[in-house]
Amino acid sequence: MARDQSRDGRRGVSRRDFLRGGAAGALGAGLLSGGLAGEACAAQEAAAGRAGVVGPGPVPMRFRINGKSHEAELEPRVTLLDALRERFGLTGSKRVCDRGTCGACTVTLDGRTAYACSVLAIEAQGYDVQTVEALGTPEALHPVQAAFVENDAQQCGFCTPGFVVAAAALLSENPSPTPEEAAHGLAGNFCRCGTYAGIQAVLGEGGRRG
Amino acid sequence: MVEYRWPEAKRLIGTRIDRLDGPVKVTGAAEYTFDVRRPGMLFGAVLRCPHAHARITRLDLGPARRLPGVKAVRAVHEVGDEIQWALDEVVFLAAETEEGARDAVAAIGIDYEVLPHFVDAEAKDRAPETSPGEEETEGDPDAGFARAARRVQGYYGIPTIAHQCLESHGNVCEWDGDQLTTWSSTQAVSALPGQFAEALGVPASSVRTICQYIGGGFGSKFSPDRWGIEAARLAKDAGRPVKLMLERDAELTVAGDRPSTYAEVEIGVAEDGEVTAWRSRSWGSGGLGGSGSPPIPYVFQFPHRHHAHTSVPTNVAGSRAWRAPNHPQACFVTMAALDDAAAALGLDPLDFFERNLAYTNPRLQPIYREELRIADERMGWRRRWHRRGEGEGHLRRGLGLSIHTWGGRGHRSACELRVHPDGGVEAKLGSQDLGTGTRTVIAIVLAETFGLGVHDVTVKIGDSAYPPSGGSGGSTTVGGVSASTRRAAQDALAELFVKVAPHLEADPAELEAVDGRIRVAADPSRSLSWKEATAKLGVTPITATGQNPGPGELNDSGVGGVQMAEVAVDLETGIVRVERMVAVQDCGLVMDLETAESQVYGGLIMGISYALYEEKVMDPVTGRLLATDFESYKIAGYGDVGRLEVHMMQGGSHDPRGPIGLGEPPVISPGAALSNAVANAIGVRVPYLPMTPRRVLDALEEATTEVTVKGLEGGGR
Repeated sequence: MARDQSRDGRRGVSRRDFLRGGAAGALGAGLLSGGLAGEACAAQEAAAGRAGVVGPGPVPMRFRINGKSHEAELEPRVTLLDALRERFGLTGSKRVCDRGTCGACTVTLDGRTAYACSVLAIEAQGYDVQTVEALGTPEALHPVQAAFVENDAQQCGFCTPGFVVAAAALLSENPSPTPEEAAHGLAGNFCRCGTYAGIQAVLGEGGRRG
Repeated sequence: MVEYRWPEAKRLIGTRIDRLDGPVKVTGAAEYTFDVRRPGMLFGAVLRCPHAHARITRLDLGPARRLPGVKAVRAVHEVGDEIQWALDEVVFLAAETEEGARDAVAAIGIDYEVLPHFVDAEAKDRAPETSPGEEETEGDPDAGFARAARRVQGYYGIPTIAHQCLESHGNVCEWDGDQLTTWSSTQAVSALPGQFAEALGVPASSVRTICQYIGGGFGSKFSPDRWGIEAARLAKDAGRPVKLMLERDAELTVAGDRPSTYAEVEIGVAEDGEVTAWRSRSWGSGGLGGSGSPPIPYVFQFPHRHHAHTSVPTNVAGSRAWRAPNHPQACFVTMAALDDAAAALGLDPLDFFERNLAYTNPRLQPIYREELRIADERMGWRRRWHRRGEGEGHLRRGLGLSIHTWGGRGHRSACELRVHPDGGVEAKLGSQDLGTGTRTVIAIVLAETFGLGVHDVTVKIGDSAYPPSGGSGGSTTVGGVSASTRRAAQDALAELFVKVAPHLEADPAELEAVDGRIRVAADPSRSLSWKEATAKLGVTPITATGQNPGPGELNDSGVGGVQMAEVAVDLETGIVRVERMVAVQDCGLVMDLETAESQVYGGLIMGISYALYEEKVMDPVTGRLLATDFESYKIAGYGDVGRLEVHMMQGGSHDPRGPIGLGEPPVISPGAALSNAVANAIGVRVPYLPMTPRRVLDALEEATTEVTVKGLEGGGR
């Protein structure tokens, strides 16, 4: 890897640059195609080729995050997660695996959960992006957040925002999931401290029987 | 003067209290090291050696230095240096953006001469070197075996596993002149400045470390590590703050592991189940430094025993403390071997363990006995236990049990306390909250002592500017901070009573602090509200500093725990499913029942994880770790844990011992309890953890017990 340093003169995002940028998971690709099928915004059309290839340098982008408009100049390889955390100061979404497995960066795009580490920022334009910060504040918790506190469904707390977003999205679609539905809904999130018993309680399974 | 002790009547201690930092964690407002952003901050990145053992033959930093945005480059190895494990650091650098830093790492020119490596610790006979560890003989093992009715032999293996902290190791380092501030993901806030200072050659007083929240440590985060020291040097070189957090593959590969243990065991047993002799030899590795020495046999100190351990160095980054160092390995080997001995005699392991409890620590015997009774009742063990392998059909259920112990005496701690004239209560401790509930426990001690609520007090931790507390390792934190805080609070309250007593026309010794009031104990109608009372202080707050250790018996050491597991195993697929686990745990005085239970739930779940999924699988050909992400280094998910039940021992003889830590004990037994449950279900021992489907099927294939075959034929779908 270390000797693979040649910078070719071409403009554009090569597959290697793209992968090296640290994003690129199956989910990201899925979301991209889904997004393009739907309401494509100008930059997405540009990325798709109508206006030619953009990058690798920074390009202007516009986002709707937690109900507010944001603009930034970002390299096309920058992930939505890194844009949220480093450019917009929204650090509730955590970077853990950075490859679409652990769920610590779970956000919603137009109401559907997505791994922010596996969506390029440039792809997230045109979506209504919601992060954990949109749900509630420490002073005014969202009911799901309050349930996490009451059931102590957290320890170190690093996975917790991702679980909160995933659980809130699950419960908004299905207010009383069966244990199997809950397990399916949260299959995309990992916790290391072992807070699943508390989260079971949040999802109405009785959970902690201490 | 003041008699330091835990109160007889407790209002808050031992009840369920929501953790105080819950709201900031669930909203994403809690700022972890990974979240810290400083003005002008650069991003660090690391060039790592891909080989397990190699010599550097060329190193060209020029291309990296010439890239725009690269502000500092530091090589920590030079041409000719030998690298001893894969992903060891060679070059650190810092750049304007993280992406740019990665580009710069890729631009570095480097060549290696690849050298032979050894990474398979189980095959110790092929190791280039081994070092004998502890060897212990008690009594007369030969005589013990001569007295045995049966000799039962077994082989057991538990691999190296990772800490897999969700927040990877790392720091943000910022210099202001010759003053260094580090935001560090650490379990040892008070111990980091000295370590940074020593490595950097600056006075310890010039370094300050902050860690308000940490995304997991589990024993792996007590040092700045080379990557922390180099982040500080890069920041110095660049004249700007630097953030350097480990990449996930590095987190899994170089940030520590729990050593493996492989063991051959022979047990002599009398007909009635008494163990007459124990003989074992074990070996294992945690990397280049070898392994620790697991205390085998575990918990049971049989009078006639022999054990020897050999440490096997491998070309793997060194091990670090992993929750309850050495205990889960020793527990798995011991409890599995004892369970096999019970099975060989056709005995119920619960009877067998009880029969041999006399060989455990006398202080803990009554605790184990009571815990076994409670666990039996909760699990319905005696109603539902069957002989090993009995059952019908392809889905087999089984029960297993294990017991464990840990010390956990409170560590050194200082608490600086102020009671302000406006009624504010403010405690400062250079401690840290790993998610165990440290903040909340300190608040409970203050509120209990002053007759206030937990939201009426302010707890400040996570900053080395506060009075020092020990690192959070070995289940020592709750005991330490609770005791130092209690002493400070009792001192402050005594001083407040002196100020207030004249206003209540009473003697200070007659006063008590209850329900937000200072009152005369014998005549509660004579009272002042807390704020009326503190207003009598005028303009000067009361200050008190409590220390641990200190006067009064506020701490003890030595806890016991029992766990039982129920599994269902599919004989056709080899998949093990956890149905239920019951944990009964003693920790002296429970401070917050809610967060204490959370520790035990967490221990069970982490235990399920290493029993069924976790292993640092090394590639013998390249010497590299094959499991460098969450897809290949598997941990338990939400749907994998079954029904968990936790029972904390409280009251009676437990409370007067004071708080004893709980981070380690509950994670010790799950591997053994689950392995024993699987053996009970399928009729044969799966000798290794994790019990992957393949290993279950291999064990079934090797065994040809009549029971299993008959059951399969009789079952069907």
